[in-house]
Amino acid sequence: MSTDIALQAIDLVKHFATGSTGILGRATNIVQAVDGVSFSLPKGKTLGIVGESGCGKSTLARLVTRLIEPSSGSVVLDGVDITKLSGKALREMRRKLQIIFQDPYSSLNPRHSIGQIIGDPMRIQGIVSRTNEKAEVQDLMQRVGLNPEHYNRYPHEFSGGQRQRIGIARALSLQPSVIVADEPVSALDVSIQAQILNLLENLQKDLGLSFVFIAHDLSVVRHIADQVAVMYLGRIVEVGDAATVYSNPAHPYTKALLSAVPVANPSMRGSGKRIRLVGDVPSPIDPPSGCRFRTRCWKATNLCSSVEPPLQADGAGRVVACHFPEETPVSVG
Amino acid sequence: MSNEVVLSVKNLSVVFHTPDGDVAAVSNVSFDLHSGETLGIVGESGSGKSVTASSIMRLNNSITATTTGSILISGVDILTADESEVRRIRGSEVAMIFQDPLSALNPYYTVGKQIAEAYLVHHPQVSKTDARAVTLEMLKKVGIPNPEKRIDEFPHQFSGGMRQRIVIAIALINNPKVLIADEPTTALDVTVQAQILDLMKDLQAEFNMAIVLITHDLGVIAEAAKEVLVMYGGRVVEQSTVDALFSEPTHPYAWGLLGAVNSLSSSGRGALATIAGSPPSLIALPRGCSFNPRCTFASEICRSEVPVLRTVGTQGSVAACHLPDNEILTIGREVASR
Repeated sequence: MSTDIALQAIDLVKHFATGSTGILGRATNIVQAVDGVSFSLPKGKTLGIVGESGCGKSTLARLVTRLIEPSSGSVVLDGVDITKLSGKALREMRRKLQIIFQDPYSSLNPRHSIGQIIGDPMRIQGIVSRTNEKAEVQDLMQRVGLNPEHYNRYPHEFSGGQRQRIGIARALSLQPSVIVADEPVSALDVSIQAQILNLLENLQKDLGLSFVFIAHDLSVVRHIADQVAVMYLGRIVEVGDAATVYSNPAHPYTKALLSAVPVANPSMRGSGKRIRLVGDVPSPIDPPSGCRFRTRCWKATNLCSSVEPPLQADGAGRVVACHFPEETPVSVG
Repeated sequence: MSNEVVLSVKNLSVVFHTPDGDVAAVSNVSFDLHSGETLGIVGESGSGKSVTASSIMRLNNSITATTTGSILISGVDILTADESEVRRIRGSEVAMIFQDPLSALNPYYTVGKQIAEAYLVHHPQVSKTDARAVTLEMLKKVGIPNPEKRIDEFPHQFSGGMRQRIVIAIALINNPKVLIADEPTTALDVTVQAQILDLMKDLQAEFNMAIVLITHDLGVIAEAAKEVLVMYGGRVVEQSTVDALFSEPTHPYAWGLLGAVNSLSSSGRGALATIAGSPPSLIALPRGCSFNPRCTFASEICRSEVPVLRTVGTQGSVAACHLPDNEILTIGREVASR
């Protein structure tokens, strides 16, 4: 079983201390950015993580790539807990686990040429020798749809979509097995988004990569993900295979989120009942007791404010953290 | 409901003078807008949609930019009006809301003061106490809970959605005839976006104002607009009703956009429909139709002559494309039905 799992997160917690620290250096406020998140990503598959701003999805991306240290919990890559690694072993791990960032402008060093940006990691990790470096980089550039002759150009000479391709080539340069993509297309125009998504899918097919794909755009995640996890205030509230989550959401939040997406087709308007959530996401400094969604939920009862619903399978094979999950349609054929 | 034309843009062109050369940001844009209606402007980054919007408020710098054409707001051409007239029109006749509500608000003043200021500028004879009462009323209208307390709070104490409500309150406090909304929900989460779009619809019905809604999101257009301008490379390439755009799009660029959106929203996995290449540089627009380098239907004439807008089909759509009508309609319907 464990051999089929590319990446696993076990009860990950990240609390940030904010606010003025008292005389003893104790923080006055604790932001519970990620609070007990577990998932497993099968090899060659894509796990989509969706949620609104402040739900902890980007913190989760940084935790699983160990760009920040978790408060507790562990991340298992190829059977090894990477949160305990250091030195040479940590460096080896970084090769296998790469990240693509949201902003193609700030994530590339403006003073480095494309050849350096893609080539440096390869050389530092000892994947290629200096003599082969250029050929390897140009090969990668070709693979992600860049003109290899632009080897000596600088980031400002490229458009947003091309820069994101550079970011992808840099991530691929170390031949990783898992790529964490944090909002890789949200800064791009629609027509360019589609190009990048197609590229990522083709790369996955050719290289057998596994993706953790983080986005707030539900239709993007629906397209690319095999499994979807929905986050709210630092917790996963629902997880399942993409088709089921989208067609048959179990958590009220998932349902509301899906119904809020504007439909780009007037003839399909009014086909589904609109759910309008009132208010905003509560502060992660002082999350509501019990179920964190209860303050915006139309089904909330006393039970929801006192008992936190566990993330568990319901009768219909959906995994959801809710005391009163949505009904499954009776007439499923 | 009266249906007068409140905003009439004719042959608007904006050229920015930069050290690298002249940038033709907007070329020959014309449209009319009736009270109570919403016109959507959709296009990619650099298509000229935001510059069109800022021209209507006359926000373009007159030294670095040359603006030609006319923009009639209730009969007055804002491009040639003198500065005092422009000051009167801004706020009372046309108001604007921006993408980022945090940078649109002054962090040093309470929201109540900022809303009241907008009111007092156009009503100098009103006392501060009365202006505060008007402000409170407006805060209630835009759905700020507990307005008596929140009127004295600062922008940083509000969430993104609430800040956008404050910006809307400032824009509408003088009951303008036209509201220009430049990507008003782009910085917001979907659940909050839905709230703000609903609010704008309610307020539009209440004040019978016209809205110019600028967005890159076809979903938002479909929800909120009645008429749509599709812009590309600074030009209008298609103008149609929302229903026509989604049932019978008449420009290859619109086909590409719809194709990308439709294939994304369908549940199937397969490869997404894309538009090859990237948007053109406005300093060196391609000769002829600016979409020709990315267009799969481009022929010789597309590379030499700029197509003019003409009526295509039965739904009153206007498109700038050299393809013959029947071909446009066949392909357009096929793209829409995919």
